[in-house]
Amino acid sequence: MTRGIRRRDFIVFGSVAAGSILLKACGGETTTTTEGSPSPAAGGETIKVGILHSLSGTMAISEKSVVDSTMMAIKEINDAGGVLGKQIEAIQEDGASDWPTFNEKAKKLIQQDKVVAVFGCWTSASRKAVLPTFEAEDHMLWYPVQYEGQECSKNIFYTGAAPNQQIEPSVTWLMEQYPGKPFFLVGSDYVFPRTANTIIKAQLAAKGGKVVGEDYIPLGGTEVTPIISKIKAAMPDGGIIYNSLNGDSNVAFFKQLQGAGMGPDKYPSMSVSIAEEEVQAIGVEYLKGHFAAWNYFQTVDTPANKVFVANFKKMYGEDRVVNDPMEAGYIAVNIWKQAVEKAGTADDLNKVRMAALGQTFDAPEGNVTMENNHHLSKWVRIGKVRDDGLFEIVYSTDGPVAPLPWNQFVPETKGFACDWSDPAKGGKFKMS
Amino acid sequence: MTQLLEAVFGGLSIGSVLLLSALGLAIVFGLMGVINMAHGELMMLGAYTTFVTQNILKATPLAPAYIFLALIAAFLVTALVGLLLERTVVRFLYGRPLETLLATWGVSLILQQFVRSVSWQFVTGLGIFCLLYFGAQSLLAWKTDFDRVRNWFIGIMLPLSAIIALVVSNVLGNAYKLAFTKPWFGTQGVDVTAPQWLRGGLVIDTYQLPYTRLFIIVLTILCLIAVYWFLNQTAWGLRIRAVTQNRAMSACLGIPTQKVDAITFALGSGLAGIAGCAVALLGSVSSNTGQAYIVDTFMVVVVGGVGKLVGSIVAAGTIGTLSYVIGSNALSPLIGFNEQIKAVLEFFATASMAKVVVFALIIVFLQFRPAGLFPQKGRTVDA
Repeated sequence: MTRGIRRRDFIVFGSVAAGSILLKACGGETTTTTEGSPSPAAGGETIKVGILHSLSGTMAISEKSVVDSTMMAIKEINDAGGVLGKQIEAIQEDGASDWPTFNEKAKKLIQQDKVVAVFGCWTSASRKAVLPTFEAEDHMLWYPVQYEGQECSKNIFYTGAAPNQQIEPSVTWLMEQYPGKPFFLVGSDYVFPRTANTIIKAQLAAKGGKVVGEDYIPLGGTEVTPIISKIKAAMPDGGIIYNSLNGDSNVAFFKQLQGAGMGPDKYPSMSVSIAEEEVQAIGVEYLKGHFAAWNYFQTVDTPANKVFVANFKKMYGEDRVVNDPMEAGYIAVNIWKQAVEKAGTADDLNKVRMAALGQTFDAPEGNVTMENNHHLSKWVRIGKVRDDGLFEIVYSTDGPVAPLPWNQFVPETKGFACDWSDPAKGGKFKMS
Repeated sequence: MTQLLEAVFGGLSIGSVLLLSALGLAIVFGLMGVINMAHGELMMLGAYTTFVTQNILKATPLAPAYIFLALIAAFLVTALVGLLLERTVVRFLYGRPLETLLATWGVSLILQQFVRSVSWQFVTGLGIFCLLYFGAQSLLAWKTDFDRVRNWFIGIMLPLSAIIALVVSNVLGNAYKLAFTKPWFGTQGVDVTAPQWLRGGLVIDTYQLPYTRLFIIVLTILCLIAVYWFLNQTAWGLRIRAVTQNRAMSACLGIPTQKVDAITFALGSGLAGIAGCAVALLGSVSSNTGQAYIVDTFMVVVVGGVGKLVGSIVAAGTIGTLSYVIGSNALSPLIGFNEQIKAVLEFFATASMAKVVVFALIIVFLQFRPAGLFPQKGRTVDA
């Protein structure tokens, strides 16, 4: 009897031990990692920050690369002596492309791990899911992706583009390049494309452009034959396709667009979710000659970018490319570091938040500044996909463009602004 | 005229993709009553096989014809994986549909994560572990009375081989760095390009029929003919049909039903591989490729009725045509004489809405014909 039980315990122990070891071997992604910390002194002389991205599920494709660039920024800062003399310790959590999970993990990072800042989220859905937690805890999230705007939280720093730093200038540019051509709007069926297209329609209506159609594919959907027929029917003589499809749908869309004989000469497309990484996945063959609008491309010619690209390739491999959200993730860590140094503390979040305002950083895209509305002033660029899969920059602003989180074309938000430097103004106030 | 052609071709091309991906599932479901949730992931493996074949043949003179070799490779690879799946998981769960559903769903998650994280380090670690553990097991089983020492064996060898595998793969990883630890495919999607002769399309008036779509339609027809021939003209096909109709009686008459199950599962999986190869030409190749198709695939099988090829064909054609006609607003010029009808039609004419409408129609249809278009007749279906 006793022997039997002992034996069984032994098996259980053995299997659990083996299982946990194997799990650790395969799934090193969800564990805590301290980058380049030369054995922190006793008493925990580190500053803990959280990294909250999808390492599994649909969004892992995009988000893992942002984790890479964020970790690179942390490593660079640690190698240079850390912040306030302390090493940064990054705690990675997997949001698993599932919005409730994002919220749980955000709570865990704040309450249990006691991090002083969280870097993460990609989709607007995940950001909207964690927003209540960050506001309730009065904590701090650094969000690295271009988004649809119409939001301005005290607890979020947005280091990607607002619509007026990506969508609006690209529409203006298209109207100048292709005067009189009609627009067809294609997007994935969720908040970002729908809000973006509302803005585009309002803008085109104000500026005398013409929208002849609009269609949405379920997120991740790949059956695009009906849409291609519709585009053809709506614009038989060619026109501009404004594309806010996300993820896998893009691959199907561009492959089949080419199959239907609708190339960029007659049907130029402008994408707001396709960057260097996606071009690799879709295939240069299908994208050559199409346009994308971002703040940053790997081909940007600045000294800071040469260093950035070289360091990234050294760390993660020659065949890797960098893109806009990765650069924004890299900027976020650096601006946070400057804010902490100016505030003289990492723990007093109010001080750090105030210190972050006005911080300027010599980013790969050019110099950027954190404005009072918690968004960055960023450079706007338009790139054309060239043979090697990188972008030829065909348009660039002369300097950073100030961010407008509340859209000035959409009637409901026209005339509103956001200012966190003045408690009387706050997240949404009417400009006089 | 061109508009009619466009509509027919559009419906046909969506339907053929649906049919191709549903064919394997229909056969497996029809014969064994197994709902294989990993079917989509087998398609994904087929798509990745296409990617690998493309890269291997890139610099050789065979490059323009790589797609044909990829089809064969995809069939073989996924058929083998399917066989492995049947031998190690599914066969223990026959007659328990819910458990099979859960188990194959687990397998689908494992396969997805596998292609994301597989690297030389991963493969070496796994290889060493299997070699040590199963090697020692077979050695012991050969020498001694294995059952007596099984518990001790598991207790000692499992952690031991895991530790050795882990240490060796980590040491190698540290020695060779990125070249060794970098994932083969990674989380990023990979790119399968159609060969030059498959790009572009056949121009008819103002409309262009994409060659890739034509290729898939032809491929679907060939697969159907092959499957039909196999089931009706070969000895194993006959056995498969016999087991489908009455498993117990077939077993009594000396048909090795276990072998029949294994062959059918492998065949179904191989067809998933071919479907994966085809959809790689249309869409993306990433770890979630399969998920995009699995729901539609189940719809075809359910609407068509279990165990009848002709049901799947009609169902795929109907669903494909409906999706196309609704989504592309093709009805509007025909019956949109009234402004209000036109407005209603336009409201539903988006890709998202078309999907909703098609699902709704399927639900309504299943209220009247719960067993699908072509239910199997006879006393043996409720197995």
